[in-house]
Amino acid sequence: MKDSISIALSKGRIFEETAHLLARAGLRPLEDPEASRKLVIATNRSDVRLIIVRASDTPTYVQHGAADLGIAGHDVLHEHGGAGLYQPLDLGIATCRMIVAVRNGFDYEDAVRRGARLRVATKYVRTAREHFAQKGVHVDLIRLYGSMELAPITGLADAIVDLVSSGSTLKANDLVAVEDIMPVSARLIVNQAALKTRRASLQPMIDAFARAAGGGQ
Amino acid sequence: MRNWLLPEYIEDILPAEAARIERLRRRVLDLFEVWGYELVMPPLLEYVESLLTGTGHDLDLRTFKLVDQLSGRMMGVRADITPQVARIDAHLLNRAGVTRLAYSGSVLHTRPQTPAATREPLQIGAEVYGHEGVESDLEVQQLLCAALEACGVRGARMDVGHVAVFRALVARARIGAELEAELFEALQKKDIPSLRELIRGARGLDAVSREALLLLPQLYGGAEVLALAARRLPKLPPVTLALATLKRLAKASTIPMSFDLSELRGYHYHSGIVFDAYCEGVAGPVARGGRYDEVGKAFGRSRPATGFSIDLRELAGAAAPVKPRERILAPAVRDARLAKKVAALRARGVVVVEELPGHEKFRSELGCTRRLAKQDGAWVLVPLTPQPPKR
Repeated sequence: MKDSISIALSKGRIFEETAHLLARAGLRPLEDPEASRKLVIATNRSDVRLIIVRASDTPTYVQHGAADLGIAGHDVLHEHGGAGLYQPLDLGIATCRMIVAVRNGFDYEDAVRRGARLRVATKYVRTAREHFAQKGVHVDLIRLYGSMELAPITGLADAIVDLVSSGSTLKANDLVAVEDIMPVSARLIVNQAALKTRRASLQPMIDAFARAAGGGQ
Repeated sequence: MRNWLLPEYIEDILPAEAARIERLRRRVLDLFEVWGYELVMPPLLEYVESLLTGTGHDLDLRTFKLVDQLSGRMMGVRADITPQVARIDAHLLNRAGVTRLAYSGSVLHTRPQTPAATREPLQIGAEVYGHEGVESDLEVQQLLCAALEACGVRGARMDVGHVAVFRALVARARIGAELEAELFEALQKKDIPSLRELIRGARGLDAVSREALLLLPQLYGGAEVLALAARRLPKLPPVTLALATLKRLAKASTIPMSFDLSELRGYHYHSGIVFDAYCEGVAGPVARGGRYDEVGKAFGRSRPATGFSIDLRELAGAAAPVKPRERILAPAVRDARLAKKVAALRARGVVVVEELPGHEKFRSELGCTRRLAKQDGAWVLVPLTPQPPKR
């Protein structure tokens, strides 16, 4: 059985904020994934490689065992459902919030109180469905793949469910956040079968991440 | 026209693989038989009330359902044979002592259990009813090891948990059903951040319970985990008993064994140990098992039970390759002596394929390596080159 460890993570925010964690865990990528077009990046440890995936694909790679470990946002994990994964560690990076936002001037509270049926555009269908179900609000979900801020402006939807960190994109498009759904940060995920069968090689890596992230909170 | 395409996650098993799987199936069933397990053949479908009893919680949404035209009642296609065998033990055999049963057959799942799984696993398994002690747990684990060995898998290993530990902690802390379900969910994912939050938000949990619940998802690894658990978990009788059972299994195991005290698969019907067997070449578990003492109760007779089931298709991927049997070609000739020779070879278990007239040019498709030829009036075996030269 292979003894090398593959870690799946995505470019952009996750990678940027993971870099220092990797460094503290003693891992240095031999190439900069932001500059390189390579999708498999070797590290200073010959037995560890990074696999650069699309953020929403990270849990899938780890679930199938194509990667042993992964770093994925709580938002993505919640959508995926987490089957076949262990999520032992909150890395405390790439933090933001999952929120409900509407066009400035739209009376969200009133619409909810009246029991109106809301049209909600989002990339996070499962999260949105659960959130509104818990509130007892009827919604029609419209699945979008990006630029959700457009939906309320163009009249495609009454509200959106999306991630915000600074809130500047919302402001620029005349939207306001009206509800917090959950805080989001990146987590370390582990393939369940891999942890059971190859604990000896994976556990030290998990422990290293725990120390790098601050002793597991 | 795509009428011959199969539904998703449903597949044909073609000759080479079918031969492998069937060889393994016979080997494992023969092994079960010599260990004293009696084969039973429950039906493919039955009323959902009996099919989903006991294990209902986990199997309901995985079961294909249809309405019985004769009775108007709802029937389900079995998603697991274990509850059927438990029904047979509890209601039909009615023995007071120990009953050992074996089974093998297809089950159907509405959704694949893992992303790459088939929806029609081939289940083969063995169960012991009527014995409560660790000895029967030991027996089924040893039988499983023997079965894996008989199939020639390499690097077999076992991961064992015990649901009584979490159950005892829940009972001690008087945790309500809702919180129990949430804790269960978090433990299954070893989702320590969420677990921490749940425990922080729970009212009425004392420090001992908090510490124990937070420790649980970290209690996985080798036998050292059991010692750590014995030291750090509250000394409740069920916990002590569970750890003693696991220790006993660890001592007896002939293959590497790991432990995971937050592994709670089948928590709703398992009552004691739960285990998964892994081997080289297969990413997920090839066999799963455990103790489920309460299942029989639903059928009117509570009987302790322990056993396991193997997914034969998964196992076939990891088993030692079987050498295909040699195939002999018999020519399309009417000859009494040839017929006698063919019969004699077949009686010895040799595969003889008779050629049919006009199909000589497709010979190579038959996969034969030797053929019967007449030499000096006798039929003898001669090599068959893949492309026989024209004579």
